[in-house]
Amino acid sequence: MAERKKTEEMTERKKEFSTGVDGISVNRVYIPADLEGIKEGEIGLPGEYPFTRHIMPTGYRGRLWTMRQYAGFGTVEETNERFKYLYKQGQTGFSVAFHLPTQEGYDSDHPLAAGEVGKCGVAIDSLQDMERLWEGIPLAEVSTSMTINATAPIILAMYIAAAEKQGADKSKLNGTVQNDILKEYIARNTYIFGPAASMRLVTDICSYCAQNMPQWNSISISGYHMREAGATAAQEAAFTLANGMAYVQAMIDRGMEVDSFAPRFSFFFAAYTNLLEEVAKFRALRRIWAKIMKERFGATNPRSMMLRYHVQTDGFTLTAQQPLNNIVRVTLQALAAVFGGCQSLHTNSFDEALALPSEEAVQVALRTQQVIADESGVADTVDPLGGSYYIEWLTNQIENRAMAYIEEIDKMGGALKAIEKGYIQREIANSSYNYQRAVDSGEQVVVGVNKFVTEKEHVPETLEIGVETERKQVERLRRLKEERDNKKVIQVLDRVCSVAKSDENIMPVMIDAVKAYATVGEISDALREAFGEYREPSIL
Amino acid sequence: MDRKIRVLVAKPGLDGHDRGAKVVARGLRDAGMEVIYLGLRLTPEQIAESAMQEDVDVVGLSCLSGAHMALFPKIVKLLQEKGGKDILVIGGGIIPEKDIPKLEEAGLARIFGPGTPLEEIAKFIETTFAEEGE
Repeated sequence: MAERKKTEEMTERKKEFSTGVDGISVNRVYIPADLEGIKEGEIGLPGEYPFTRHIMPTGYRGRLWTMRQYAGFGTVEETNERFKYLYKQGQTGFSVAFHLPTQEGYDSDHPLAAGEVGKCGVAIDSLQDMERLWEGIPLAEVSTSMTINATAPIILAMYIAAAEKQGADKSKLNGTVQNDILKEYIARNTYIFGPAASMRLVTDICSYCAQNMPQWNSISISGYHMREAGATAAQEAAFTLANGMAYVQAMIDRGMEVDSFAPRFSFFFAAYTNLLEEVAKFRALRRIWAKIMKERFGATNPRSMMLRYHVQTDGFTLTAQQPLNNIVRVTLQALAAVFGGCQSLHTNSFDEALALPSEEAVQVALRTQQVIADESGVADTVDPLGGSYYIEWLTNQIENRAMAYIEEIDKMGGALKAIEKGYIQREIANSSYNYQRAVDSGEQVVVGVNKFVTEKEHVPETLEIGVETERKQVERLRRLKEERDNKKVIQVLDRVCSVAKSDENIMPVMIDAVKAYATVGEISDALREAFGEYREPSIL
Repeated sequence: MDRKIRVLVAKPGLDGHDRGAKVVARGLRDAGMEVIYLGLRLTPEQIAESAMQEDVDVVGLSCLSGAHMALFPKIVKLLQEKGGKDILVIGGGIIPEKDIPKLEEAGLARIFGPGTPLEEIAKFIETTFAEEGE
């Protein structure tokens, strides 16, 4: 009879297992002793501080997450049509993608906008475009998320003005502006002004919303783009919360009381394919934020301590090779988001490593969420993975790692200082480079790319935005500038510049400016005159 | 070549997705090349101008916003006008399959899509210059 090996001598597929490149080492099995470091009450119950398991006691039994697909391309008419289509398909919230010129404060006829018009999102130059974008969609009844940062004051002003034209009261509006400039310096790169001026605009919006728009999320503090840029799960958690703390502090420094604004702070994260690590990340995030808000900032309203967040499945993990495999990746990532307890979710389309998504691919993406919601049963009990030795241990590990980063950033004087030093950018650049090296060496498997490669590729039909869009938009802009009252525009732009130089809140004058049909580019130029422009240091 | 291959990596247009450009820049540097990372939000003119001033052998362009057809060929054309017709121009990003032949026709030496190993890019550059040296 063959001699029985001791279990510790049994060979395994790999010498070491981990959650990913620069990730957390994973043991063969987890046992009750692994939970010894977790303090009494840290896991707790859903809806109870520190909200590890969910912010609501009923989880998805009360209400499912919002299925919110990020969309926008071409002219407003095309996007308006896509929105109406998604609405008919059962989507319960909107998420607007703006083209890059709108995000970076240029009109569609600016030389830097050449080739970009209508590409990464919808072209919005003026209030006229915003009004057309929402034609036939009652803004009083929907909830809208807008991915807009440097130009958030302008776009929020346009949204308010468009809603008012429809007869809606701004105090009743539901939605979110991303308004998270710090991560733009780290990863997404749609900044315009320097950090100090930008922080002032961010907090202008937050205090304006706190006073005038009680149902509006004034900021969506985003880890998504840092993750896309290469951050690990623990880095994503740490750097996002560090940015969040910087915004809370900036609001307190303006004299705002923490519970007056913090309940309207929201977050945005990525979901990767390592399902269990992602679930642990979301649970850890809720726990850390609750503790920080209570212990550090003295919040007393539980809503100030609740981490509410949107999730998008991760774009970087989509492969151009064998694109249909991406449907499976997106499914795993969406499952992670749901197990993790997100409030809203965007699922990516399988063709996004090739081009902008086609209608068919968008439908499959939305259906993925619907299958999870209605067929899988995972939404029928709250935090179904809670109590798993591995999940609880991993949640704790991510919390510890994230807290170590946060302490490091504290020592530097906070997120803004850490960004100015290039610390966060460098940490992410290193992770991203290590990841690519691991993929190139085969240590990190990407199915269809460095393993299970096929010769013949299936190339799906993709969406194309023609040059026609640019021509149409530029012509529309030209006509607008002819037809509007230009004297009024010049006056209001002067006022924008002088308010920017003062410490008055920018939002009221923004609303006046957009109502006079001043354009995104013109208003941004007025702000550039007041604030100057930012140029990034190159950190490889 | 008796000196290190000089490469300029840049992002034309307004696209801020710089993960790929940065990883490639670092990869080529680790492969022994001299790399200048020019950064983002650049016009074709700025990129061509810098390429000439820095006397580079290679220009690497990255674009994920869909503006590549408007930007990449223009940069090649500007380089030719400025006397940089020998500069090898390569590109990457989210480039639909059917655009690749058009870009190659416009003078791009090669398009490297998502999932390309760093070594493949370095080898392509090295081989090109090794052949020229023969």
